[in-house]
Amino acid sequence: MIDQLRYHRRRAVNGVVMGLAGAAAVSGLLILGIILGTLLYEGFSGLSLRVFTESTPTAGSPGGLLNAIYGSVLMTILGTALGAPIGILAGTYMAEYGRNTRLTMTVRFINDILLSAPSIVIGMFINVVVVYRMHHFSAWAGGIALAFLVLPVVVRTTEDMLLLVPNTLREAASAIGSPRWLVILNVSYRAARAGMITGVLLAVARITGETAPLLFTALNNQFMSTNMNAPMANLPVVIYNFANSPYPDLHQLAWTAALLITFTVLALNISARSLATSRFKES
Amino acid sequence: MNSSAHVASYSDPVEIPASILRRNNMWDALLRNATRTAALTVLVLLGGVIASLVQGSVPAIKAFGFGFLTSSSWNPVTEKFGALPAIYGTLVTSIIAMVIGVPVSLGIAVFITELCPPRLKRPISTAIELLAGVPSIIYGIWGLFVLAPFLQEHVQPILIALFGHVPLFNMIFAGPPYGIGVLTAGVILSVMVLPYITSVSRDVFETVPTVLKESAYGLGCTTWEVVRNIVLPYARTGVVGGVMLGLGRALGETMAVTFVIGNAHKIASSILAPGTTISASIANEFTEAEGDLYSSALIELGLILFVITFVVLACARMMLARVEARSGSRV
Repeated sequence: MIDQLRYHRRRAVNGVVMGLAGAAAVSGLLILGIILGTLLYEGFSGLSLRVFTESTPTAGSPGGLLNAIYGSVLMTILGTALGAPIGILAGTYMAEYGRNTRLTMTVRFINDILLSAPSIVIGMFINVVVVYRMHHFSAWAGGIALAFLVLPVVVRTTEDMLLLVPNTLREAASAIGSPRWLVILNVSYRAARAGMITGVLLAVARITGETAPLLFTALNNQFMSTNMNAPMANLPVVIYNFANSPYPDLHQLAWTAALLITFTVLALNISARSLATSRFKES
Repeated sequence: MNSSAHVASYSDPVEIPASILRRNNMWDALLRNATRTAALTVLVLLGGVIASLVQGSVPAIKAFGFGFLTSSSWNPVTEKFGALPAIYGTLVTSIIAMVIGVPVSLGIAVFITELCPPRLKRPISTAIELLAGVPSIIYGIWGLFVLAPFLQEHVQPILIALFGHVPLFNMIFAGPPYGIGVLTAGVILSVMVLPYITSVSRDVFETVPTVLKESAYGLGCTTWEVVRNIVLPYARTGVVGGVMLGLGRALGETMAVTFVIGNAHKIASSILAPGTTISASIANEFTEAEGDLYSSALIELGLILFVITFVVLACARMMLARVEARSGSRV
């Protein structure tokens, strides 16, 4: 009798807790759905050709996001071009030349911390080091700040992917007389290529939506500007400014910009993932 | 005879021209040094960040000393600055984020590893991880226009009615429902830390040896008993590491919080009231800071934030490293 009771109680407790776990999973998915749904609902109506052909307006006049899109793309490219090569080289050292050395251990530890360090502090650092010296905000400073965020992502993925390359491949190449640098370029890089591209894509996805480091570096520009030495508009800061303004038409543009950014970032994320998994299936 | 001559020709040492050897050595040295320099760059950059923050905060440190950490005045006109409200706001929003986020994350991780049909595992994991891909500015605009009004109209009045007459709680849930405020910021943060804690927890849950779990099931344990007595104790270090990782994110998160916290440099006992965090103060005021002391005070805030997150993240990494050493895979 008591056993029966205890049995039912245990089953009930199990049912409740597992129900809660299921509810947690559903609520996680629901939140993602609500956020994406809101973005589509609010942003889609503002999507028109004008968004891509005109610069940001002042309140009350029509306009688009051309200058902000241009600035975001340009600074993302700049940040990736500066950060990714250094990251790939550093990751190569950690996985190929300096495996298990003290330098590698230290860099790995520091890099993992930089990976989640607050990006606003990076913006501040670039502001103090670059903007303050140059005496004005600039697209260069924005790109450099973004490069700081690209670097740790690329270092980590490059190292991880190179470590996955079987040593027997390297030994085989060495045995037929390849020097080390050719082994790395022709064997390690080739075997780890998909994973390394995934890392760069993830890094691009990360900086595409970054706002905090750009606030103090690239600032914003209401007009179309291609001058790298001047403040430059970019989508995240435009969203920030427009969403905090009291005007509904600017809110509409902010939502549209948010829609553009989110779906670009999610597309990058998903393609990076599918690249990584297709690679897994191959090997 | 013929065949032995053939073999001999294979074993003849092949002359490699010295120029090729030299060239290979040169390239080897070049690549080795280039990669080593790049690895050192990572360290130099971190050193540079810390050094420049320390240098930038020297005027504020000289002017306020340790009082900076305990003073709660923030007055740009009289140039009196104290970090306490910002530090308080940072901690309280992060605590709220953890109180909501940790149980939900663990629930999701349990669901994925123990309950979920195998075919749904990947899609659900991916969807949760996509939450980490959504840029923080998007959480900000969503929090401002969707979550804050929702909390203001539907949740905060209930909280006030429910706890308004309970001692202690009526201080925490006091005042009019503003919508924006510390609670809203905490809720947004809890969504943002979900994917980090969930993915680390899921990974460490999966390192639990199947034999252990199966033995427990064999003794007649329910799923919950297996999770509580086998999975959680085994995965404890990793889960705590994952929670610290999420905490590090929550402490430093800027844009989402800036949108919804209200930016008031004061300490209110009620979590419904507006407040500020370190990162929100910096984001709001840094470009407009007039005068060296004002900028310097903000840079010192940045330094404090960096030190706090550095310590939290370092603890997280060390815990996760212990799990890695045991399971042989990197979490």
